[in-house]
Amino acid sequence: MIVKKTIQKILFYTILTIVALAALIPLLWMISTSLKAQEAIHTIPIRWIPKEPSLDAYKAIFSLTNINFGRAILNSFYVSIMLTIIPLLSSAMAAFVFAKIEFKGRDKLFSVFLITMMIPGTVTMIPNFIILKGLGLLGTYTALILPALCNAFAIFFIRQNMIGIDNSYLEAATMDGASLYLVFVRIMLPLSRPVLFTMGLFNFMGAWNNFLWPLIVLTNRKKWTLQLGLGNMGTQFGNYQHYLMAGALISIIPIVIVYIIAQKYVEEGLSTGGLKG
Amino acid sequence: MYIGNERQKRRAIVIFLLPSMLGLIVFFLLPIISSLVISFLEYDPLKPLSSIEFLGFDNFKRYFANKDLAEQYSHVFYYMGLYIPIVLLTSVCEALILAKTFKGKSFYKIMLYIPVITSWVAVALIWKWMLNGKYGLINNWLQIFGISGPAWLINRFWAMPGVVIAAVWKDTGYYALIILAALKGININYYEAAQIDGASWWNKFRKITLPLISPTIFLLIVVNVINGFQVFESIFIMTEGGPAGATRVPVEQVYRNAFTYFNMGYASAISWILFIIIFIATVTQFKLQKKWVNYDS
Repeated sequence: MIVKKTIQKILFYTILTIVALAALIPLLWMISTSLKAQEAIHTIPIRWIPKEPSLDAYKAIFSLTNINFGRAILNSFYVSIMLTIIPLLSSAMAAFVFAKIEFKGRDKLFSVFLITMMIPGTVTMIPNFIILKGLGLLGTYTALILPALCNAFAIFFIRQNMIGIDNSYLEAATMDGASLYLVFVRIMLPLSRPVLFTMGLFNFMGAWNNFLWPLIVLTNRKKWTLQLGLGNMGTQFGNYQHYLMAGALISIIPIVIVYIIAQKYVEEGLSTGGLKG
Repeated sequence: MYIGNERQKRRAIVIFLLPSMLGLIVFFLLPIISSLVISFLEYDPLKPLSSIEFLGFDNFKRYFANKDLAEQYSHVFYYMGLYIPIVLLTSVCEALILAKTFKGKSFYKIMLYIPVITSWVAVALIWKWMLNGKYGLINNWLQIFGISGPAWLINRFWAMPGVVIAAVWKDTGYYALIILAALKGININYYEAAQIDGASWWNKFRKITLPLISPTIFLLIVVNVINGFQVFESIFIMTEGGPAGATRVPVEQVYRNAFTYFNMGYASAISWILFIIIFIATVTQFKLQKKWVNYDS
């Protein structure tokens, strides 16, 4: 019995390690490559720890002539923050109505919102491009933000959470003469903090990693986000893998930091949002 | 529930719903209709409006006739046929590990989640390098075992498996957490009863765990079929549809036709066919689920 237990334990930790390595090795390989010089990346056998570690790749990608990598990073932060806050606010506002303010046809309207989740982005992509072109918004960040105003997924989850807020709070506030706007700002938003935080994190990660839509609408190189710069580097510098790995690493770091900080709030948010059933 | 001044209430409703409604109407409802209309047209946004021509079903006919459709969907099925079983297997394994308690688990969890939060652009670049035929890590390791690995992404047969490996690496952590939530929902009494009966680990897994997480597995299959039909970024960056068109898939072709060749009518037709196929596939799966999904907990 004890022998069997020990074997099981060894087996478990072996599998544990294999899984961890499978997840980690590509990342370590990325870091290792990014610290090599041009000749060292195409040397066999592979050296994990570069003979002469160099930061050349990092210096090089910040001084490319046709891709302004530093600018792209700042652009990405700006766009991601905008795409976190604005859709979050519009979703929370709609969720408040769908959770607490009754009117005729409300539930039907809500199901129309839910149906949008079933429409593949591929179908709306072309008309949206034409609409934004017609509005003269191509090449602006507004073209990224406007289509994100309607976020059925966020509306759904925030609504789930808001339904759970006790009506007596709202009734007491309105009895004291508070307007609906005040109720929204002072009661609904603070009490929905965990779910707002979770949805905000989803928005941020989605925005930071978004590729296809910015590729289509950000026609102006100066407005490029980090992902567009990185994607373009991939086609231009196919054989300069140390550049690409340095760029990839830089693109991952902010999102990992945000994730680690937000992680515990997210688990809380998901459970209060009803995802865990 | 809420009772207030009717007029104020109506105004508030309008104001609160306005941003989302604007998005809904202008960027979802209007595009759905116009996309269908465009699919019957010859439309190049760079040319004057007078160049627009009504083509009837020509765009659709062309898509069926020159074997584009058959080719692209056979690639999609090749992708899904590899990706879905593998990713389900790896994520169930990972979830079973995460269901146990061990030292350093929260750190372990974050580590396994890094691929999930990494952008597809970065993942694609990393794996393109990992799978490099000559200097890539994978082939160099295969060499140790005396296997000379394929040229992966530039080989017609191995390009798609290469993309699948990257996708499995990226997505396993995500699905594992979803399966983990399902595992936590299983009533512990079942396992205790089985323990008393002396059931083996494998039997417990097969007779208790698997049936009880089947609704979650089903959901993941549905989601993955929907996503699989729309596979794009991985292919766009790793293979660009190549080599020699061996990884051409519908969304990538929508993108190319619309934004490289500015043939928006044809691209819209491709996107509508995709929409219809996804819809049919989803409905069919829900019809078939009765045969194997267990909803009695």
